[in-house]
Amino acid sequence: MNFISEFGSTLLFTLRDVAPIVIIILFFQLAVLRQQIPRLKSVLIGVVHVLLGLSLFLMGLEKALFPVGEAMAKQLSDPSFIVDLGVEYLSADWTEYGWIYLFAALIGFATTIAEPSLLAVAIKAGDVSAGTIDKSGLRIVVAIGVAFGISLGCFRIVTGTPLYLYILAGYLIVIVQTIFAPKKIIALAYDSGGVTTSTVTVPIVTALGLGLAKTVPGRDPAIDGFGLIAFASLFPIISVMAYAQFTEWRTLRLMKKSRSSMQQGE
Amino acid sequence: MSRFPSKRTTLLVIGGAYSRLRSSFIDLLPIIVVIAFFQIAVIREPLPNVADILFGTLLVVIGLSLFVQGLETGLFPVGDSLAGALARKGSVFWLLLFAFGLGFTTTFAEPSLIAVAAKSADIAAASQLIDSTQDSLGSYSFGLRLSVAFSVGLAIVIGVFRILKGYPIHYLIIGGYCCVMAITPFAPKEIIGIAYDAGGVTTSTVTVPLVTALGVGLATIIKGRNPLVDGFGLIAMASLLPMIFVMGYGIIIFH
Repeated sequence: MNFISEFGSTLLFTLRDVAPIVIIILFFQLAVLRQQIPRLKSVLIGVVHVLLGLSLFLMGLEKALFPVGEAMAKQLSDPSFIVDLGVEYLSADWTEYGWIYLFAALIGFATTIAEPSLLAVAIKAGDVSAGTIDKSGLRIVVAIGVAFGISLGCFRIVTGTPLYLYILAGYLIVIVQTIFAPKKIIALAYDSGGVTTSTVTVPIVTALGLGLAKTVPGRDPAIDGFGLIAFASLFPIISVMAYAQFTEWRTLRLMKKSRSSMQQGE
Repeated sequence: MSRFPSKRTTLLVIGGAYSRLRSSFIDLLPIIVVIAFFQIAVIREPLPNVADILFGTLLVVIGLSLFVQGLETGLFPVGDSLAGALARKGSVFWLLLFAFGLGFTTTFAEPSLIAVAAKSADIAAASQLIDSTQDSLGSYSFGLRLSVAFSVGLAIVIGVFRILKGYPIHYLIIGGYCCVMAITPFAPKEIIGIAYDAGGVTTSTVTVPLVTALGVGLATIIKGRNPLVDGFGLIAMASLLPMIFVMGYGIIIFH
């Protein structure tokens, strides 16, 4: 019974979130376009799937992932845990927080792989590119970007260096890459920044950032605790473009090689 | 089609469901491995409520499978058909109004934005930038949500307009980056972190598939546009503009 009432309240919550979208779509279908949605029945079934799926997903996250992830983020950034590792006293020396960087990178990677928004964009990109963009390949490259970004973001919290310097440096890298990267990937790379951080990643990463800012001496949670999400949205852009550049370079090299070996064979 | 599914279609449905569940489980496997590794090797404390956690994980797997199933039969077709119908109607006004409405309403109701706005109000009150009365906290976070929602609506309008005109996305994004960097020195330092994060949290799990389908659908229908080159980029705009607007909101409120 408990399960049903819990599920009911999550479902209501999801419905409330989705209501504005449904109203907008209905308004445009009925008042502006004045036509029926094609294949209405299958679309409705699909929307019901989305609502049920999202509710179960959120409920499962609340039950399993969030408590564990947040507890672990707190435990790992807890002063007593860090002192237990053999550190004499807590300091703002960045070398003492090794486990944090590793945890940040791994949890960033893992939650990004499970992120439904990224999955949606990857499916669409796979469809549109007729399979030249591999769905799971894109997600892995994005997840590597998030992993690096969150790990670097933790380093920033520990050292207390200003956020905008990192973001500025990231922007400069993105701009330089944009000049050299294959034109086809640019829009998708930019998009993959925004979709990485939603349902799964945000709560755990926020807990990690605020916990860390509370633990490290001299940091103010209000100022230093935020910014991890910004890292997680910036670095996938870089990693996706870098991967596209790498594959382009490799193809060119392979083509050159095969051409020169053909010439030698003649 | 007969009313009763044949044995073969039943098998197909079960097979499809099984493969979806399996791929959802594989999607979650990294999280399970990371958590298990840190619990066993680093933290070395038993997990509380193992039964709850296992049950929750099962729900996540089933939920993700259903979501992906519905994505392909529900959300993507709706986005596609709306993009098609609006493009065929030929009215730029209605198309842009739809873009704005979709961006504004979904962002305003976004739960993670509500949470971030409330948190930000607490921080602003703690730093004595605003009064810590319930009224001023409420109006501060309401204003913040309003400015983020407005900026997302505007971002999608600009993004859709870009698809119509075929401008390259990187001019817009790099221009936006320059705005972010130009406005940062003037923004109060308490709001910079929240502003930079606001970009990432605005686009929800239901909005992303719809907006992506809208962009790709438009780029597919309009002659001379490539769905891959021109269709993507709406989410990027929607993650960039809120940063500028939140910092602008901070400057106006705090000065």
